[in-house]
Amino acid sequence: MNQAKPFNWLGWSSFALLLVAWELGARATPKLELYFPPVSRILSALGQALAAGSITQHALVTLARFAEGFLLAALLAVLSGVVLGYFRFLNSLLATLIELLRPMPSVAIIPVAILLLGIGDGMIVSVTVYATLWPILINTIDGVRNIDPTLIDTGRTFGLNRWRILCQIILPGASPYIVTGLRIGLSIALILVTTAEMIAGSTGLGFFILDEERAMNSANMYAGIVVVALLGYMLNRLFLMIESRAMKWRHGMMARQAA
Amino acid sequence: MPILEVQSLSKSYRQAGGETTVAIGNITCQVEAGEFVSFVGPSGCGKTTLLMSIAGLLAPSSGRVIVNGKEVSGPPANLVLLFQEYNKSLFAWRSVLGNVRFGLAARGARSTGAAAAEDKARTLIELVGLKGFESHYPWELSGGMQQRVAIARALAYEPEVLLMDEPFGSLDALTRLELEDTLLRLWAELKTTILFITHDIEEAIYLSDRIWVLSRRPSQIVQELKSDFSRPRHQVTTRADGRFMELRNDIYRQIGNQGAP
Repeated sequence: MNQAKPFNWLGWSSFALLLVAWELGARATPKLELYFPPVSRILSALGQALAAGSITQHALVTLARFAEGFLLAALLAVLSGVVLGYFRFLNSLLATLIELLRPMPSVAIIPVAILLLGIGDGMIVSVTVYATLWPILINTIDGVRNIDPTLIDTGRTFGLNRWRILCQIILPGASPYIVTGLRIGLSIALILVTTAEMIAGSTGLGFFILDEERAMNSANMYAGIVVVALLGYMLNRLFLMIESRAMKWRHGMMARQAA
Repeated sequence: MPILEVQSLSKSYRQAGGETTVAIGNITCQVEAGEFVSFVGPSGCGKTTLLMSIAGLLAPSSGRVIVNGKEVSGPPANLVLLFQEYNKSLFAWRSVLGNVRFGLAARGARSTGAAAAEDKARTLIELVGLKGFESHYPWELSGGMQQRVAIARALAYEPEVLLMDEPFGSLDALTRLELEDTLLRLWAELKTTILFITHDIEEAIYLSDRIWVLSRRPSQIVQELKSDFSRPRHQVTTRADGRFMELRNDIYRQIGNQGAP
């Protein structure tokens, strides 16, 4: 886990091959151009959109909404997850509500959010927070509950008060679970931002993709999809980079147990 | 005045079926400052419950525990309990140095400054024989080394009383002998009072000044014995003493006489 993974030549070659097949297939069937424009046309549309700056603007708006929604959800979910994991009574009180709301596809909340908040940034960020909350919350609760009582007793015998036990033992002890929740939440947040932008946005990549589709500019539509895909890829890589530093102790431990 | 007094301590549990199990019958004992005292008893005699109660981690059903003249109502500030399960009680996210520094910080050694704390932690790590492993994580160490880290962390807290719950119970025989000697060396050097629990009769004799033999549940002190072999003790010569074997047999009969559970 300490050394970087070797570059996956096979995986990248097969991906490149797929692009070549798309390009050749699209050129051979000009009638399908509206549905499958050649890769080269998508890339040149992307180049033009980037040069004009319009797509960059949309991407930045999406990124800002994503960041706001994800960070807010992380903060809320970790805090309430620790409280619910720690106090059994509160957990019993809310367990049924959580169990019923969690499996509901979060996009179903979008009409409610539009009704209450209208269309705009507030609505988009709110539905993102709502959807992203669940995996982080559930994992944090599990993490706190799975802490060995011996660890808590260790804190107590060393004279730590509740607050220091929380900060120095419960949070780091539950961190592997919390990180798992955050990683799932990351993908969900991007899905929700894009979807909400499609339904009720006038800016953002989701809006851009749907708008270009309606205008029959399929090359631009695909360019938008490429940008949102790259955004997701880069956010995930960034997360893994931070995680592998912060959770170095954990990776070594898992590798040892697996060996 | 004894540093630790246990007065008529008993502990019972209400079980799921509504029945009450008495884990600790009625235990009264006193430990003087600087002593090394052991409880020895058959497995399942409620030793851990007893130690948890003394450490203020479990409330006794009746009786009381007095540390330094003060009645215990929660974990006392000048006492620390070392668990048998080092793999569960060490902080997996902290290095060896980080774990030991936790003990210092818990005592409130922060005021002495970070550099001084680091020096102190390194000294303790050296004392338990882990020099060179400061930046290792617990899972990179063997069981014996992990328990050494736990001992260093506990000593960093500078407790007046150190309670030890079968600390060497899950270690192999050779490691156990090594750690017994490390512990005796540290005890002589730091003059901590140690209350030790074990089911290993010879370990109790080898380490202690006095030994309390416990009965099966509900546990009570059956007998108090002195183990007055000269110190420093030696794994070969002390154990070869004829009186060592006599004492061992005495205790063995005490425990064995109670019949199978």
